[in-house]
Amino acid sequence: MYQYDQYDHLIIRERIEQYRDQVQRRLNDELTEAEFLPLRLQNGLYMQRHAYMLRIAVPYGLLSSRQMRMFAHIARKYDRGYGHFTTRQNIQFNWIKLEETPEILSDLASVEMHAIQTSGNCIRNVTSDEFAGVAADEIIDPRPYAEVLRQWSTFHPEFIALPRKFKVAINGAVEDRAAIAVHDIGLTVVKNEAGEIGFKVMVGGGMGRTPILGSVIREFLPREHLLTYTEAIMRVYNLHGRRDNKYKARIKILLKALGVEEFTRQVEVEWEDLKGTEQTLTLEEMERIIAYFQPHDYKALPSYDAAAAHAEKPFQNWLKRNVKPHKVPGYAAVVLSLKKTGVPPGDATAEQMDFMADLADRYSFGELRVTHEQNIVLADVEQSQLFALWQEIKAHGLATPNIGLLTDIICCPGGDFCSLANAKSIPIAQAIAERFDRIDFLHDIGDFELNISGCINACGHHHVGNIGVLGVDKDGSEWYQVSIGGAQGNNSAIGKIIGPSFSAQQMPEVIDRLLQVYVRERTPEERFVDTAQRLGIAPFKEFVYATPIETAGRLVGEDEYA
Amino acid sequence: MPKQIIKGREIVADDWNLVRAPEAAEGTTAADAATAAEVLGVPAGHVIIPLATWLAQREALASRAAAGEIGVWIAPDEDPVALRDDLQRLALVAVDFPKFTDGRGYSHAWNLRSRLGWTGELRAIGDVLRDQLFSMQRVGFDAYDTRPDRSIEDALKGLTVFSETYQASVDQRVPLFRRHARPAPAAASAEA
Repeated sequence: MYQYDQYDHLIIRERIEQYRDQVQRRLNDELTEAEFLPLRLQNGLYMQRHAYMLRIAVPYGLLSSRQMRMFAHIARKYDRGYGHFTTRQNIQFNWIKLEETPEILSDLASVEMHAIQTSGNCIRNVTSDEFAGVAADEIIDPRPYAEVLRQWSTFHPEFIALPRKFKVAINGAVEDRAAIAVHDIGLTVVKNEAGEIGFKVMVGGGMGRTPILGSVIREFLPREHLLTYTEAIMRVYNLHGRRDNKYKARIKILLKALGVEEFTRQVEVEWEDLKGTEQTLTLEEMERIIAYFQPHDYKALPSYDAAAAHAEKPFQNWLKRNVKPHKVPGYAAVVLSLKKTGVPPGDATAEQMDFMADLADRYSFGELRVTHEQNIVLADVEQSQLFALWQEIKAHGLATPNIGLLTDIICCPGGDFCSLANAKSIPIAQAIAERFDRIDFLHDIGDFELNISGCINACGHHHVGNIGVLGVDKDGSEWYQVSIGGAQGNNSAIGKIIGPSFSAQQMPEVIDRLLQVYVRERTPEERFVDTAQRLGIAPFKEFVYATPIETAGRLVGEDEYA
Repeated sequence: MPKQIIKGREIVADDWNLVRAPEAAEGTTAADAATAAEVLGVPAGHVIIPLATWLAQREALASRAAAGEIGVWIAPDEDPVALRDDLQRLALVAVDFPKFTDGRGYSHAWNLRSRLGWTGELRAIGDVLRDQLFSMQRVGFDAYDTRPDRSIEDALKGLTVFSETYQASVDQRVPLFRRHARPAPAAASAEA
């Protein structure tokens, strides 16, 4: 993975001094809260319901064991012993004191990490495929280009006060695991007919109030032009993106207003005299960065069939869901589930973090990845070690065999923490996970994406969930709007709302009824999303609303907190 | 005390008079506001006037411009390209930041320096604060009319926050990776 050199270290060190001074000026009241707000946001610090939340960047989701141990340290020393992995492959700590943030940043800098541009109206942490570098279907490793973009966008002087936040994702595999279609810029690394490496450039995807899938504005951009072309997109957006209404300020709205053709024309005109300038990548620079992402020192191993060696059903289930193919024979990628029933999705305790760091050292070349589905990946495990690994992680609550299943829920922190939320999301996720905590049933239902957001900002990606749940506020109480048929990846789709919203208590039954329709209607090979897209919402809607849904039973949502 | 601004990296006295059109009254339209700027009276002495005032009155102001008395300021929603043919007649160009969170002025500065060839004084006006000065300097500003309710001595510190930067901009046309031989992985690991 990438390692800081003296320049990275210098920039981070100077950044911490700048930020330390800003905090001091805020505490002395030399800065008003309104002036401090964008400064702290660009350092990932939000004021939430109970305390500050600090979001730390995990560039393209890649972590060393040393960095993971630092998260455990931060959880213990500055927080309440746990952290929350996010849908943008970052980690958040929810109980932070403003005065301590400069010290946290110093601790982070000692392991080559920071919180720069994890929030605010600037270019955010670039995200990518959690299986980058090891995926069997990978064409080109996207991480070097993500790193190039990280450096270029860090403190870019011209793009620090954009109309709105700006998110870039990059994928280099056949299957899109980086959700590029719902990003402001979505890049796919491709080869042209001459075998040259470049990017397919998609712009203007996004979720939030107006979910839109991105539009391709260039089929092939030779890789050396990555930064100048991105600069052209950014300048068009910075100058012409709307600033009068924050809900219409993302680049997707500008692109829709201009139309793809006109937007593309403006970008190309803007790029004309940028093309070939000094910011153009040199072959030496690309090779230097690529050299940091060379394959590990893999052993020459025969393929090993762990399933044949150990017949236990739970292990078989785990192999089926949590173990993914690797491009090197004898190796596999393992997903550690942070979706155990009873635990908020994406949460990990300091003990689990230390333990995962240990596992990385012993099983996987000392590296881990954070997935945008809020799990952790050990990317390079020998197949013959899978059983031993499984036995270890079971005891630490990391072996739930539910990756890609109904209970592998994407969920934002919601109204329990976030001051933007209209409604709580974690209790909904927990109630649903409890209701369907039957592994055979989950495996029968199969591939499933249930995504829950506590408000229209869509941090829980509800628009692209096979079932999406959105918390809404109606006359001061919390309700949940349900959509079906959304999907991420190569066949991204925005879900359709089935009808009037539900109370928190009704939600597990709503999911149950949707599943009943699926089980009734599915063809043998159909996943839920296929059935939902084939039939449309009508049969689901009819059945869900046919009879009243009892609201008795376990209370979740506002009543539990009243 | 005479008014002070930051020029280059020094605090200096300043005798330029920033002229803004009066706040539009309630019920008036954008067209009314534009007209107001066009007919705005231009006081004597060194003045920085709205773009619309300059475009409407440039013939009348020709001799004063020739005497080096006229500067023009650009609002976020204006395009400095409108000044393309007039730049050599102006003594300074200013870019307004009505709110520091509106970043269009950074791109205006970049365009003035990189595409319109403006080499004279480029002044940031409006909500100009210490914590944005470093970026302003990078995109080509060389003068800062900082907000008067804040210490200008403190603001000066904002210009020297970073000693290295990754990307190219107006102050440094060559990105870090072309300026320095950065280490390859083995060397970097040895250092770490």
